[in-house]
Amino acid sequence: MIAEAGLAALWLAAALALLQLFLAFAGLKGGKSELLAAVRPAAVAQGVLTAIAFGLLITLFIRSDMSVLLVVTNSHSMKPWLYKFAGTWGNHEGSMLLWVTVMGVAGAAVALFERALRRDTHMATLGGQAAISLGFYAFLLFSSNPFARIDPPPPDGQGLNPLLQDPGLAFHPPTLYLGYVGLSVAFSFAIGALLTRQVDAAFARAMRPWVLAAWILLTLGITAGSYWAYYELGWGGWWFWDPVENASLMPWLAATALLHSVTVLATRDALRAWTVMLAVIAFSMSMVGTFLVRSGILTSVHAFAVDPERGSFILALLAIYIGGALALFGWRIGSVREGAPFELVSRETLLVVNNLLLSVILGIVLIGTLYPLMTEAFGHKVSVGAPYFDRIAGPIALTLMIALATGPLVRWRRDRAAAVGKRLMVPFAVAILATVSVAILAWGRIGILPFCGLVIAFAVGAASIAPLWKRNLLRTPLFTWGMVIAHLGCAVSLAGMACNSAFTVEKLVAARPGDTIQTAGWSLRFVQIKPIAGDNWTALQADVQVDRGGAPVLIHPQSRFFASPPTTTSEAALLTRWNGQLYVVLGEEVEGGRWQLRIWWKPFVTLIWLGGILIALGGALALVGRERRGWLMKWRARRAFA
Amino acid sequence: MRKRLIWLPFVLFLAFVGLFASGLFQPDDRIIHSRLVGQPLPAFTLPAGASDRAALASAQLASGKPRLLNIFASWCVPCAAEAPQLMALKQAGVEIDAIAIRDARPDVDAFLKRYGNPYARIGLDARSGVQIALGSSGVPETFVIDGKGRIAYQHIGDIRADDVPMILDLLRHAR
Repeated sequence: MIAEAGLAALWLAAALALLQLFLAFAGLKGGKSELLAAVRPAAVAQGVLTAIAFGLLITLFIRSDMSVLLVVTNSHSMKPWLYKFAGTWGNHEGSMLLWVTVMGVAGAAVALFERALRRDTHMATLGGQAAISLGFYAFLLFSSNPFARIDPPPPDGQGLNPLLQDPGLAFHPPTLYLGYVGLSVAFSFAIGALLTRQVDAAFARAMRPWVLAAWILLTLGITAGSYWAYYELGWGGWWFWDPVENASLMPWLAATALLHSVTVLATRDALRAWTVMLAVIAFSMSMVGTFLVRSGILTSVHAFAVDPERGSFILALLAIYIGGALALFGWRIGSVREGAPFELVSRETLLVVNNLLLSVILGIVLIGTLYPLMTEAFGHKVSVGAPYFDRIAGPIALTLMIALATGPLVRWRRDRAAAVGKRLMVPFAVAILATVSVAILAWGRIGILPFCGLVIAFAVGAASIAPLWKRNLLRTPLFTWGMVIAHLGCAVSLAGMACNSAFTVEKLVAARPGDTIQTAGWSLRFVQIKPIAGDNWTALQADVQVDRGGAPVLIHPQSRFFASPPTTTSEAALLTRWNGQLYVVLGEEVEGGRWQLRIWWKPFVTLIWLGGILIALGGALALVGRERRGWLMKWRARRAFA
Repeated sequence: MRKRLIWLPFVLFLAFVGLFASGLFQPDDRIIHSRLVGQPLPAFTLPAGASDRAALASAQLASGKPRLLNIFASWCVPCAAEAPQLMALKQAGVEIDAIAIRDARPDVDAFLKRYGNPYARIGLDARSGVQIALGSSGVPETFVIDGKGRIAYQHIGDIRADDVPMILDLLRHAR
């Protein structure tokens, strides 16, 4: 009954999307206000219905309803409830339902809370959102029905991929999807603006909070995913350039560029066509990423069961939506007036540099991700790995960091080069100091890229807080704080990356219980190995007593065996200290009662994710700061009236 | 100029769609067949892989009678699943030799004790060198070798119960 109700809710939502699309465009075309009046209620009802469908699927998973095919193939009654719950989206159908739900709820939010946009553009935006949703409803209903029954129901399910049985599954995919799919709002805004030819500062101000919100969530989702992969996969790396990681990074790069160009458009009414283009590209990258992963044309750790029919379906959606948006862009953008011009030495110029560099990085990642596919079309098989991305994108990312350091210190409209140089004195001095001290402390141990990274991180760190100098900190607007913290986050993250790649110490040993291993100033005593049992797994657990002069701490790397499906995972033991993390993985038993232990000391590695959180926090402050200013102005205006 | 530039993203996107479509309709090539099917076995000599079985050399496989060469490993779960089918083939009078991949003799002994030993000879290929020479890309795989020591057929993955008659048929025809 629950499954049927969920399916009915989905069908209803799809019908409402069709209605919403028709009402919006028929209303706009004929200038019929009574049709337009029904668009917002339709969008809200759609959001509610998708949320209900998703809630019902979660209920099915939590109740372990084995008459539902998806529950059978991805869950098991013995699983802890958290993984029953999170397992809802740990599979193809469930994650596509989450996709549609995010799209529906985001559409409802645009209907309810968007007040700044001109009415016709608002309606066209909601029409656009309905148009994209419609395709994904069709995909779900015709080729990925999450509510399909199985008859007769088997006694129990097949379980969830043990790698996914981690609290990270409850947080990372929903956050990532909120951002990833939330970008559909920016896409719909661009469609709406192109249709009504309203590409101006007011449009940019209306779109900015939506882009910002999606970007914050995407940043958090990527940060969480990176940390999850780091501790769960047991390879000690934090980014693998896997196609799916790239699929989340590409929309993020586009959204970051969009965030900056929309500010130029909102403040100075420049970069009109470019901003609309980026709004289209950001969500297009989300769709391309989904296609790459779900069609199985690239192999990836995130690929669920592959089905060419689904691949063709998503490719068709891709062709219609992205192709349609780009065609609309080509057709309409010529009639949008060119925006305001600007001087060479101005913040606008640096934001253009930021946009160009972000676009270049996006291009590099896109080409690297698709290159295996391109060569395959000509009969060669290659795979593109981390060295390509690191070496090509790394130096450009570092250049981008220099633009990031400079941008906030340059005035809008026009500035004097000499004045900018003066403001950059302190960061420059910090850079020189950092160069000398890093060279003295680490010469010969550090590669050129990590060296530059570390120096630039210090300089950017100093430059990012420079906009606060000589200001009354309490009176500094919240969105300025937001920018400062987000930029500081970039510096913190970069420092973590550079330290991790330059100073990580790795040791692989075969040790007997009782042995002591010395590495990187740590002393690890392998105490014993013993079996333990968890909810739906058993494990061999090593007790390792570690210390570096202080009180010893016991840590427990495990090798876990899951019965359904039968899999072994290694659970790394992590010990976090202020200046880094000790990362210990228990390997296999080798002859003579010895066990493989892989030990890493990773100085300052946690800064990578701390930086990510700071970036998202900065975004959140900027969002609240901007919106609060709007609320305050509205409230004052109302009071002035009264 | 600007007019044309505006259509550039659209054109680029069409190229991508073409690329995606071509990638999508490529035949699935995750199964890689050995190029040696129909050819003589490459020459190799391997040490014994189990304590109670003789070592294996390629010359011994050209015995005048068709036989199976099974590529397995004690650490491989599908290999354990395949064991009953290999026993059934042995009971049907088929001679089976094996190569243990990236393995150790005590582990192989334990594996055979647990799942049964259908093998006449077992070679130990500790670094997968012979496996690569054979054009085999994983475990388990099974080669049908004809009487002259040529590879008649390569079975990739575990032999299922349904595959047994087909394998027997192939052996009958590989003279």
